Amino acid sequence: MANVNFTHALKRFYPKLEPFSTTCENVSELIALLDDKYPGLRNYIVDEQGQLRKHVNIFIQQKLIKDRINLQDPIQPDDEIYIMQALSGG
Amino acid sequence: MKNKVLVGTRKGLLVLEKQNGSWKIVADHFMGIPVNLVFEDARNGNWWVALDHGHWGNKLHFSSDKGATWTEITAPQYPDGAMIKDDKPASLRYIWAFAETGNGLSEGLWIGTEPGGLFHMDRECKMDLVETLWNHPSRPEGWFGGGRDYAGIHSIVVDSRDPGHIYVGISVAGVFETRDGGNSWYPKNKGLRADFLPDPQAEIGHDPHLLVSCAAYPNVLWQQNHCGIFRTTDGGENWSDISDPDGDANFGFAIAADPNDPLRAWVAPATSDGVRVAVDKKMCICRTDDGGNTWKTFRNGLPQEYAYDIVFRHALISNGTDVLFGTTTGNLFSSADEGENWSTISNFLPMIYSLAFAS
Repeated sequence: MANVNFTHALKRFYPKLEPFSTTCENVSELIALLDDKYPGLRNYIVDEQGQLRKHVNIFIQQKLIKDRINLQDPIQPDDEIYIMQALSGG
Repeated sequence: MKNKVLVGTRKGLLVLEKQNGSWKIVADHFMGIPVNLVFEDARNGNWWVALDHGHWGNKLHFSSDKGATWTEITAPQYPDGAMIKDDKPASLRYIWAFAETGNGLSEGLWIGTEPGGLFHMDRECKMDLVETLWNHPSRPEGWFGGGRDYAGIHSIVVDSRDPGHIYVGISVAGVFETRDGGNSWYPKNKGLRADFLPDPQAEIGHDPHLLVSCAAYPNVLWQQNHCGIFRTTDGGENWSDISDPDGDANFGFAIAADPNDPLRAWVAPATSDGVRVAVDKKMCICRTDDGGNTWKTFRNGLPQEYAYDIVFRHALISNGTDVLFGTTTGNLFSSADEGENWSTISNFLPMIYSLAFAS
């Protein structure tokens, strides 16, 4: 199963957020699963059109996902996935 | 009398309380998070804030216990198929305005947003895009962003006599009015001037930075516009330019109307569109007591050298006696005598976006 990890910043809004394992086959499925486990979390990661927010990054095996619009990047068993915030100023 | 003020800043929400005649900071919330808009619902005392997370999008929170606890609700969402233009799907960029829906309509809030959508939130916090305004034929080609990427509804004025009679101010499009609770909308921009358009008297394409009304005389509305200060006494049918080209009251973002006196309002002048600092780098507040025929400039207690402050559109408020404003450089001032003399609340705050009286 793939492992999902989160930026610590999200724990401010979802204190019970913990890494977990999944059999999801792509990022879109993963986002749906996240929202089931943590209601509302989806809206922190993607906008209402389902697109990855501008300043959020998702890495699979340390590579940024390519499809930020439809989130169709595949997830393989044993992949390490990181949901991170991009660096931005202010 | 409301004895608190909510202050939305780039680094959180502050709560002020009036103690022995002076405003003191007594609490803060959402530490480090931009709070772009604050509002108290007068019907139930709920506090509302709009957060503009750099990473996680715009969020809505409310508190029904004066900030002891906060609840997040789903922010406005543009429906599937809503397009800014033909090739650009709409998604929430910014929350710009709150207003009570008024008794008689389903109790809730109106919420103005960028990219140009007005939302109705019912008492169960269910949000609906007001399709009639979103589908106004002028929007796709006639509305555009001013300082931001897309048009934003930053002002919502509900007629205190009739909850179905509503004005919205849009940058950049102008003022629109509905008299039937939002079923139909009409531009109300006659007399305004848009110096940045090929036709400055165009029906659509004006830039009201903020639209406010006199609560006791709802036919009297004021706007600080990109191209001057304007007032109407006939509910927006005709606007008059009340700028003071030989004085200070011309360009700016904020305007506060006296809730009882239809002849009185305050503005926070800046130099010009091209030079967005205090006029002559000296801070002042201007007040008219005669419907804009003349303006008085008040400086006592405000910085009079090297002041680069701008007052954002939601950051100047008045209840008729108390006047408060916050600035882009984190200065927060109050006046207890209708704007004539000023006291410093703090010079060390984050950029200030929004003020609102609260109880």
